[in-house]
Amino acid sequence: MNWILLIEQTLNGLQLGLLLFLLAAGLTLVFGIMDLVNLAHGSLYMVGAYFAATFTAWTGSFVYAVVLTLPATLLVGAVVEIVCLRSLYDRDHLDQVLATFGLILFFNELVRLVWGPAGLSVPLPEFLSSSLELAPGLIYPSYRLAIIIASLLAAFFLYWLVARTRIGMLIRAGASNREMVGALGVNIRFLFTIVFGLGAALAGLAGLMAAPISTVEIGMGENVLILAFVVIVIGGIGSIRGAFVSALLIGLIDTVGRAFLPDVIGGFFDDEFADAAAPALASMSIYLLMAVILAFRPEGLFSARNG
Amino acid sequence: MLKRTITLAAGAAMLATTAMAADPVKIGFVTTLSKGPAVLGRDMRDAADLAMEHIGARMGGRDVEIIYKDDEINPGIGKKVTDELVQKDRVDFVTGYIWSHVLLASYKSVIGNGPMLISANAGPSQIAGELCNEDFFSTSWQNDQTPEAMGEVLNQLGIKSIYVMAPNYAAGKNMVAGVERTYKGEILGKDFTKWPDQIDFSAELAKARAAKPGAVFVFYPGGAGVQFLKQYAQAGLKETIPLYTVFTVDAISLPVVKDLAVGSLATQMWSPDLDNAANKKFVDGFKAKYGRFPSFYAAQSYDAIMLIKAGVDAVNGDTANKAGMRAAMKKADFGSVRGDFTYGNNNFPIQNFYLREAIQNDAGEYTVKTVKTVFTAYQDSYHSKCPMQ
Amino acid sequence: MQMIRFGFIALVMLALAAVPAVATAIDEPFYISLFTRMLVLAIAASSLNLVLGYGGMVSFGHAAYLGLGSYVVGVGFYHAANDGMDWALNGWLHLALTIIIPGLAALLIGAISLRTRGVYFIMITLAFSQMLYYFFIGLERYGGDDGLSLWYLSDFGSVMDLNDDSQLYYLAYGLLVLVLFILYRLVNSRFGMVVRGAKSNERRLMAVGFPTYRYRLVAFGISGAICGVAGFLMANQSEFVSTSEMHWVHSGDLIVMVVLGGMGTLFGPVLGAVGFLMLEQYLPELMEGICHIIGGNSCGIAGEYWKMVFGPLLILIVLFARGGIDGLLQGKVGRNV
Repeated sequence: MNWILLIEQTLNGLQLGLLLFLLAAGLTLVFGIMDLVNLAHGSLYMVGAYFAATFTAWTGSFVYAVVLTLPATLLVGAVVEIVCLRSLYDRDHLDQVLATFGLILFFNELVRLVWGPAGLSVPLPEFLSSSLELAPGLIYPSYRLAIIIASLLAAFFLYWLVARTRIGMLIRAGASNREMVGALGVNIRFLFTIVFGLGAALAGLAGLMAAPISTVEIGMGENVLILAFVVIVIGGIGSIRGAFVSALLIGLIDTVGRAFLPDVIGGFFDDEFADAAAPALASMSIYLLMAVILAFRPEGLFSARNG
Repeated sequence: MLKRTITLAAGAAMLATTAMAADPVKIGFVTTLSKGPAVLGRDMRDAADLAMEHIGARMGGRDVEIIYKDDEINPGIGKKVTDELVQKDRVDFVTGYIWSHVLLASYKSVIGNGPMLISANAGPSQIAGELCNEDFFSTSWQNDQTPEAMGEVLNQLGIKSIYVMAPNYAAGKNMVAGVERTYKGEILGKDFTKWPDQIDFSAELAKARAAKPGAVFVFYPGGAGVQFLKQYAQAGLKETIPLYTVFTVDAISLPVVKDLAVGSLATQMWSPDLDNAANKKFVDGFKAKYGRFPSFYAAQSYDAIMLIKAGVDAVNGDTANKAGMRAAMKKADFGSVRGDFTYGNNNFPIQNFYLREAIQNDAGEYTVKTVKTVFTAYQDSYHSKCPMQ
Repeated sequence: MQMIRFGFIALVMLALAAVPAVATAIDEPFYISLFTRMLVLAIAASSLNLVLGYGGMVSFGHAAYLGLGSYVVGVGFYHAANDGMDWALNGWLHLALTIIIPGLAALLIGAISLRTRGVYFIMITLAFSQMLYYFFIGLERYGGDDGLSLWYLSDFGSVMDLNDDSQLYYLAYGLLVLVLFILYRLVNSRFGMVVRGAKSNERRLMAVGFPTYRYRLVAFGISGAICGVAGFLMANQSEFVSTSEMHWVHSGDLIVMVVLGGMGTLFGPVLGAVGFLMLEQYLPELMEGICHIIGGNSCGIAGEYWKMVFGPLLILIVLFARGGIDGLLQGKVGRNV
């Protein structure tokens, strides 16, 4: 076993996990507070990435693009909430799944209409385009380190917002008893719009951070949406702490599985079998994990109400 | 819809006695027009439209109409729209087809039901081998040919060891098998990554770096290619390990990844800088009309329309004379943008393969230039399984 | 209103019965394959309706059973074609296995999934179907993601020939009627009462002494088995099996069909499947036509954006026509709970 490789893979897993957490945090926030299953969350991630690409092209700076993308996705989220999702809060989950499924179709076509079918690209900011030598032999791209740091900051901000501020208090109160908070004179509709916008901005943040390392293209949100759902279901829906733990768990398992499964299986079986089985198993591993966890803990690792 | 309603309203009598010459030659074109790969479909459609412009939308004295259909990268949908083209629109030719699985699913809907089928991209081994048919022609390649050429390139360059990455699906495995067939050096490691939704290649790239190969060979089509090229460069591997690709660095991905791909090498049977009159007319026309370089998808689609024209011209528009059309098409003398080639017994091209390098040209555009010819008149390895002689 | 509703449904079923004859008469064979797809998806949607509409179990993974059913035919064909195992093409065997294998898979998946509730249930069924999806993509022997082209269809000897589009159509029609009959008997039996009761008040039923988990599980298994039969027909209709039919978006499509037609009603899913495929087929042309009427240019492109209309249409149905087509026929607008 090569230790440098192991450390590098752990960092890779951490980075993937944190990116997933940003997506999942918005999803679980909206679910925990408004009791809304939002399949269109992936579309907001896509919109965030497209905004980032456009703003980078306009301003010529990734940093300005970050500053512009966050409020822009927040705004898109707020509009979607007001126009369409507001009336879905007291519907059952099936209705929400269907309506937001419709939103996915709409957003994909809208993006194609506005930006065209060709994918966009976001160049790395100059100061993050190199690699750092963290230890002798351990070279790591600095942009990936930036993702890790930015995601951790976002996680701390979220924790602070929910646990330590007045808005956070209202959010928590609204989650446990919507009517009561409304009766106390809080504008619950406005609060929900803000929360949904915040979730959208988090998705946008994930999208813009992923943009320089991936392709900005139509349907990019659907691929990560399912992963984000796996994260929040394993973590316990509505629990931000659970989302954090399970996002890291999934990031690590997915990365480590992809990195070492072929060798492990190759050690027991012949090459041909390993070639066929290892990638399939690695693709299935997180779903397997989810099935096992739900079989033993049907409500996920962390129950929603103490998150 | 409206047009058809009017036709119907005009009466069944007219349908029964349609004067053939007044009817347009109908070509069905199945490609991907939605979702991420819509960009590939757009290139193909633009090229076919350009070809129509160049031939004045006429073949063998008749007007020509192309009906485009979206396969949504889904074999089920591809098969459905193909059925519709064959049974409802009653086209004379069906062409397009980016994806092997869509072509395989649609194959039976066309072959034996009247129209001829021309693949403008996909080239699965089954159709080159046991399923070959006189009504099928390819204007592209058999899937394995391009990576086989790449294996030969690696031999010629004396590269002792490589690391291989491809998505875990059928075409990905074909590509890897193709390289393995011709490459004589050592393969230090092989990763089949999750398809279609792996967002991060860092785990595999870390392994590749640790293996210290002489080169990395990959196949990542479409959006995945952009993603891979970016991450390869960002991991600092672009400077340390040379990258060799097939179907990854093309006119679709280059304008997106720009400098990150410059210098990488790929094999292909066509290149925008190939020196022949047809290619010049095509590339210049495409750039003038659409403001970008055509991709190989576009080149093959342009050829597909020209191949059909050769067939229809030869029989003076009498598309019922299939034997005449087949014979004319088999000659492959329509002036392909790839230069001269011939058709093998399985109706797949026997053609040259070139090594292309991604560059930034004097005008500042990102494109590819031909480095050298790897194979001349190279035939696929499945033709012997094809019962046609 | 009930008269209108029954009249309409009877008309739809009669019209469906006449499709091959009419299509042959006007020489438009394409409509036979289009309507066969409708019937096949109607069976799949009806199977989902049993758990979703009657049982309140939102399965987001029914495409997996559809896929399993079609792979039974695919694998049988593969061995018949490559290993000379002619018996593997036997249609009766296929039919039996497309009931047994997806049924057992559904029992197994249901046994784990039914321990969860609500969104967890939606997501765990999705997870299992994604597992199967990746499993078949990795299964290179049977084509992986290239799928398998079926050069021979399920062989029913002299009884019927599935290569004949009309015969395949009537087989699908017959199976749909049979499935509807079985479902009718099932939901109106004591078993069906318990499954339906568990949807609205499971605790009370458990208190009375019904082991609701077991009832729900059996319903889930039956649903999977029926969906497998739809997969069998789908493979023979498209003459192709492919992993992309197992993708989660197709599970979503099935849910859309059930809701579009009307949940928890016998004929709702049939109307939903017909409506869904009609929209898929004609919405692009309709948009193109409207574009021409309002005098837009390059109208050929307009049709390609049909999902931009279809998506919001879906939202409107959820918001304002909760009972689906069947609900509209009963004169119910708005929520139908």
